[in-house]
Amino acid sequence: MKTDDLITMLATGAPPVEWSAPVRRFAGPLGWGLFGATLLMALTLGVRADIAQAMQLPMFWIKLVVPATAALASLRLATRLVCPGMGPGRAPVVLGGLLLLAWISAAVTLLAAAPAARPELIFGQTWKTCPFSIALLSLPLLMAAFRAMKDLAPIRLRLAGGSAGLLAGSASAAIYALHCPEMAAPFLGIWYVLGIFIPAAFGAALGPWLLRW
Amino acid sequence: MIASEARLRELLVCGLSGDRPAYHLFLQEMSTHLRAYFRHRLGGLPDDVEDLVQEVLLAVHIQRHTYDPAQPVTAWIHAIARYKMVDLLRRRGRHEAFNVPLDEESDLLESTDNDAGDARRDVIQLLEQLPDRQRLPIQHVKLDGLSVAEAARLTGMSQSAVKVGVHRGLKALAAKIGGRK
Repeated sequence: MKTDDLITMLATGAPPVEWSAPVRRFAGPLGWGLFGATLLMALTLGVRADIAQAMQLPMFWIKLVVPATAALASLRLATRLVCPGMGPGRAPVVLGGLLLLAWISAAVTLLAAAPAARPELIFGQTWKTCPFSIALLSLPLLMAAFRAMKDLAPIRLRLAGGSAGLLAGSASAAIYALHCPEMAAPFLGIWYVLGIFIPAAFGAALGPWLLRW
Repeated sequence: MIASEARLRELLVCGLSGDRPAYHLFLQEMSTHLRAYFRHRLGGLPDDVEDLVQEVLLAVHIQRHTYDPAQPVTAWIHAIARYKMVDLLRRRGRHEAFNVPLDEESDLLESTDNDAGDARRDVIQLLEQLPDRQRLPIQHVKLDGLSVAEAARLTGMSQSAVKVGVHRGLKALAAKIGGRK
């Protein structure tokens, strides 16, 4: 087929297309992903028994708000990376800032604590399961983010896949916080961050493979 | 250059809002820029130039919902063109794929080339490989120029199935052209 004929074919009967921000295409799948991850948490891990008392503590809310903010920044990053010609924008700065915040508060807590109390602050009771639980809960969200990206046009596939993983991991960390009894900043700064990085790395590995268009 | 960007953008924005002659003109002008751009860069693969032009036009059409009207059209198409070029080089096993020199977005509009060579892959032949629910809508709506309602009556499909068939069929064609089945 000659190129001119292809052009005529493409233009013929082409319906009007309205620009809608790509974030709208993420909304549906992500809603399902959040539902799936929350259900998975409630059924397999269970909401922490002392949630009513925990809600009185600022750390309970920090554990929710920080990863949720990271999830929003990752969503912003992901929705930019699926539009050809758009750079990552300012989202990486926000994400870096949140990570720095988590690590600084972890370091300050550790330095202020007596040396004998430090292992408990770092390992808590659940360090062995925490990162893997977060990674597991992120799976429905990761599938949702990839589903949304499939209809869009990511140019840097590894980066786009990584942003999908970061989005899934941070949202899943916020959901996991409803189960997790740990409240020490060093624990969160290490194991939650690791739990978020697992799906991020997984997403980056899958991106070039699943997101080609 | 700036005049070109402004003109292409106006054509595309009109095209997206349903002005088909403007959209046709947009694709046509774009194709001359793309041809010159690729011919300049695919020195080692001259036979692939026209195929790549067609592949990018199809991609631009399928992905036109990712164009933010607040964004320069040159930046948008340049990103798609480079993506498809790197993808092609990778498919051909070319090591250039890993070091395609960075260029400016404005390089895309630098020159034009009206000398359409022959594409080696024939879109019509690829169309034959699609299932009926995609092939017939494309045949009726995109090639014969029937309305969606007429195509629906002819095929016995619902109007929304015809629209979905066109959209999925074009995506499937693009995937075949891009060697992704």
